[in-house]
Amino acid sequence: MASIWSYANPKKFIETTDRVLPALSVLALAALVGGLIWGFFFTPDDYKQGSTVKIIYLHVPAALMAINAWMMMLIASLVWIIRRHHVSALAAKAAAPVGAVMTVIALATGAIWGQPMWGTWWEWDPRLTSFLILFLFYLGYMALWSAIEDDDTAADLTGILCLVGSVFALLSRYAVNFWNQGLHQGASLSLDKEENVADVFYYPLLLCIAGFVLLFVALVFLRTQTEIRARRMRALMARERLDG
Amino acid sequence: MVDLGKYATEVLASYAVSIALLAALVAMSVIRARRARRQLAQIEERVKRNG
Repeated sequence: MASIWSYANPKKFIETTDRVLPALSVLALAALVGGLIWGFFFTPDDYKQGSTVKIIYLHVPAALMAINAWMMMLIASLVWIIRRHHVSALAAKAAAPVGAVMTVIALATGAIWGQPMWGTWWEWDPRLTSFLILFLFYLGYMALWSAIEDDDTAADLTGILCLVGSVFALLSRYAVNFWNQGLHQGASLSLDKEENVADVFYYPLLLCIAGFVLLFVALVFLRTQTEIRARRMRALMARERLDG
Repeated sequence: MVDLGKYATEVLASYAVSIALLAALVAMSVIRARRARRQLAQIEERVKRNG
């Protein structure tokens, strides 16, 4: 079994992910399409929420991935800061747009659901507000990468930004537990039977979550490969310029 | 077809927005990946040719 650090070699990373990507993409698509079809067509309406309960199959997995994508970026940034592996910095960069899209989906579906259920599109509730701030952090993170020409400096500075943003990623997950004045309900998935969603919604939701996780991993692999290639291109073109 | 009742607009809008965003993200990632692969191959070829 190869050490995890061997994948810090860009060539090895590309070779390995090239082998895994086709199967991963098929699995992601199957889980996502299967879960959404199951949830949309074959689950009943909720006695309180009516058919809007079907929004859960998009909202919960997207919100989960929005937070976890940032946590993955945090770990990758820490690996960069501590061990200086370029692939991990590029993986963090590659994950940011995916996490940002997940955040937009969570915010948009939440607002669309909130209008009929809460009577408002938006409320400055602790979880919603920290989620919006997390989205702004995603935008700032991507802007910082594009604003700095030197890859290593960009990785250093975005790594620090990622550390700071993690506070809001954690807040958006746990705010609902310790700020009771919020509108947002507790966790949909919980070990507590009372709090957890009913089984009829739970299983398709689990499949949708699996689909979102697999899609995230597949996209991060693909986008990291692209970032590795873009970095190599920049290095080769710089060498060509030096050689005249 | 599923009867979504009085919340049909909200449910369909949620699915439309989410699927459109996910499809755009996947399409952009694949297009950018293919372009980077092609461009890098060209540059590596040129570098090899020019020694």
